[in-house]
Amino acid sequence: MLDLQTQLFEAQDVRFGPIDHETHPEVESKWTHDAEFMRLFELKPARPLSPAMVKKQYEAIEKDMDEDKNLFYFTVRAREDDRLIGKALIEWISWTNGNGFIRLGIGAAEDRRKGYGSQALTMLLRYAFGELNLYRVTAVVPAYNEGALRLFQKFGFMEEIRRRKALNRDGEFWDIVSFGLLNAEWREQVKA
Amino acid sequence: MKDIYRGSLVRLSDESPEVLAKAFAKWDRDTEQHRLADDDPAQLWSENKLKKFIEKRAENSSQSFRFSIRTLADDTLIGGVGLWVNSWTHAEAWLGISIGERDYWSKGYGTDVMRLIVQYGFIELNLRRISLGLHAYNERALKTYQKVGFKMEGRMRGEGLRDGVRYDSLWMGILREEWMEMNNDR
Repeated sequence: MLDLQTQLFEAQDVRFGPIDHETHPEVESKWTHDAEFMRLFELKPARPLSPAMVKKQYEAIEKDMDEDKNLFYFTVRAREDDRLIGKALIEWISWTNGNGFIRLGIGAAEDRRKGYGSQALTMLLRYAFGELNLYRVTAVVPAYNEGALRLFQKFGFMEEIRRRKALNRDGEFWDIVSFGLLNAEWREQVKA
Repeated sequence: MKDIYRGSLVRLSDESPEVLAKAFAKWDRDTEQHRLADDDPAQLWSENKLKKFIEKRAENSSQSFRFSIRTLADDTLIGGVGLWVNSWTHAEAWLGISIGERDYWSKGYGTDVMRLIVQYGFIELNLRRISLGLHAYNERALKTYQKVGFKMEGRMRGEGLRDGVRYDSLWMGILREEWMEMNNDR
């Protein structure tokens, strides 16, 4: 059912917004100085980034969104004060096949485990399936990121692929788990 | 030391953009070939556009190791293969292969190429694992990958849509220790 009244970018405690090139580099630079966040969110080697570097990344992201049209990037804000708390994105969209990859991160440790991630994911899925009309989305998660595993399981994602021992961190080997959710499965859930 | 460029039927080579562009233009006309190997829409590019594309992709060669394939018997250019290192820290690469010349399908050429490229990945690039994906309908590829030791790691449901039919993609991987085990007599 068409539901124009329910806003795509507003949830109970969080909202989606665009990048703010003035204030966000400072905040995100702080997240990158938290090694735990970097290792949960990135498969690349963790490294701290200065606000100037983050700013450059933002420009690259907006250039990609503009030129390739297969990336949708949102900042996640707390509704109470509009401060930046995370990011949510759909990337590598294949329009002919109707699929894309989603990523979601809550930056500061004190903002985690408060349901913000769930609210952001609810919005991101509605956007992917209700606005972009994708057939399916994929989420790729290192097996040690238990919070992310639980979140995607809670949202009905099916574990589809396990790249064995694809990560080597702290001298241990970890699988990379790939979860999939189909538009039809998501529709069943939101109907219920 | 062994010659890591030569197999029993083929050798790995590098070709000038002009030569490759001509070959690609020919192979791209064969949509069955394209749809087996790729998930982007089939399309027809001019030799000029192909040449520019080939030159541009050669620029990031520190992450990607691309080869052309020539037969040992008569030096025919029959296809391409490559490894794309997605992470040096985790020592993993993605593998891609296509035999553009359809007369060379199902005759052992693909398997020979696969053996060469996997060997290259493990003993020259010193990778820890190699990953690949394929369309579930590409049964010939699946058999070849199994033959050289790739294990099934998962299935992406309904990843592709062609001719109105939804199909899955399959994902496979091989670990260095698995390959060593298979090749410990060499």
